[in-house]
Amino acid sequence: MKILAIDSSNLVMGISIATEEKVLAELITNSKKNHSERLMPAIAQMTEAIGIRPEELDRIVVAYGPGSYTGLRIGVTIAKTLAWTLKKELVGVSSLEIVAQNGRYFNGYIAPFFDARRGQVFAGLYRSSGGRVESVAADQLLLMKDWLPKLEHLDQPVLFLSNDLSIWREALEKYQWAHLGTATQNSPRPGELARLGLEKEPVSDIHHFLPVYLRMAEAEAKWLANQER
Amino acid sequence: MSFSFEEKTLILAIETSCDETAAAVVENGKIIRSNAVASQIDIHRRFGGVVPEVASRHHVDQITVMVEEAMNEAGVSWSDLDAIAVTQGPGLIGALLVGVNAAKALAFAHGLPLVPVHHITGHIYANRFVTELQFPLIALVVSGGHTELVLMRTHGSYEVMGTTRDDAAGEAFDKVARSLGLPYPGGPEIDRLAKNGKAVIDFPRAWLEEGSLDFSFSGLKSAVLNYLHNSRQRGQSVKAEDVAASFQESVSDVLVKKTMMAAERFQVHQILVAGGVSANSNVRQKMTAAANRRSIPLVIPPLKYCTDNAAMIAAAGTIGYLKGMRADLSLNGSPNLAIEDF
Ligand SMILES: [Zn+2]
Repeated sequence: MKILAIDSSNLVMGISIATEEKVLAELITNSKKNHSERLMPAIAQMTEAIGIRPEELDRIVVAYGPGSYTGLRIGVTIAKTLAWTLKKELVGVSSLEIVAQNGRYFNGYIAPFFDARRGQVFAGLYRSSGGRVESVAADQLLLMKDWLPKLEHLDQPVLFLSNDLSIWREALEKYQWAHLGTATQNSPRPGELARLGLEKEPVSDIHHFLPVYLRMAEAEAKWLANQER
Repeated sequence: MSFSFEEKTLILAIETSCDETAAAVVENGKIIRSNAVASQIDIHRRFGGVVPEVASRHHVDQITVMVEEAMNEAGVSWSDLDAIAVTQGPGLIGALLVGVNAAKALAFAHGLPLVPVHHITGHIYANRFVTELQFPLIALVVSGGHTELVLMRTHGSYEVMGTTRDDAAGEAFDKVARSLGLPYPGGPEIDRLAKNGKAVIDFPRAWLEEGSLDFSFSGLKSAVLNYLHNSRQRGQSVKAEDVAASFQESVSDVLVKKTMMAAERFQVHQILVAGGVSANSNVRQKMTAAANRRSIPLVIPPLKYCTDNAAMIAAAGTIGYLKGMRADLSLNGSPNLAIEDF
């Protein structure tokens, strides 16, 4: 099975083409440059480089979030449009779960996160057993100051993986149980996304497949709050 | 020019510049084979206007649904198409991005050329579904986002002769409607209310400098708001119907006179009116009467083509396609796009 994996959920833009046995191609950039301009040309270049025509792909895998709203929409729109029009399978994977794979051999909990501004983080909690990374808690949006006590409560070593570690380094280094990922561990690998996409079930309704924002649009939240008043 | 605008073409177009997710297939630039639109008006009404983040989210939900509907209704397959056209801008950037990236994915998947389209040229070309364009022509494009007088000397040539210096006409409609306590979108509500009122209040008309083809509606908007405020302060009851009629009269007056001024100056053979505000009955009546007096043919598209749709983008995209306009896969949405480049 030939898989195209797309991750534009955060600043890292990752694309991979892989089969069950091999990663055929992988591209990672980590820059502020526009995903909307770069993602589709990069996909076209990669398929051409390894000599695969679009219709030869069997499955499209996409990181569905959490992450930047705009980044998510670009990746999800391209992935669902390709899957729908080429009549291929579509699989969505959590953006945090991709990062968590880089802690596969850590003995303890793996806590990938993305900074979500104003003290908040998009956070996930995973654990590795026998080389398989399993989700322990659902991805969530919360204040880091509320997240840390929960992790402390686990009474185990926790590996923090994030390209936003620099924002939180000081806060995290205070804790003895907190371990911080290296640059390579913090960066989501599109090859891992492809592999995860192989394991998961394709979505049943490609048309209505949506990013997982984990946060309501501000106007919607305000409107709801007003209704309840 | 070395190309013909009569060539046989079949174009799929996508439009997501604001709060309508739309896809359409158009043949030869003027025959609508399908025209699918998912409107978000009901979703945004509770916010009193279009919320960009909410609009963008809904576009992702509807985009492939609309393209599928357009392809099925037209009964065409991907290999029948000559190109995929898409609105590049102007519009809400988050909304544009969904259409642009879907169009790029389709172009890549099927090896089809990608044609970028300026949204306003789409509104202008909606008129080609009614009758063939006669050049030179002057087009008045009036909507919630635009108030522009565009001169066309031939197909695919656009010169902006006048534009708004502040609010778009449609924006003024929405704001005045809100101050009268009317729901969003305000245009149709004011139109309805005005039918039972009389234009007895003397609201200002901004003519600007002698001979200027530019527009300004912020002064008029403020005058209406002040009138309402002062009346309430004095405890006088306001006849909303009269306010709506007077406001509408003032907008129509300016739109019609400036359009006629341009029509005479450039000796046009045709006047086109397009965009959401061209649905306004007062604008339609006055424009028709003024054009008749001068014996200049006037075209206003049916209501369903006045609001945003993808058929008009396909019609304009057909001209762009025949002119050789192409975008590569790095095409991005552009919230501020100049019409002269199209
Ligand atoms: Zn429009």
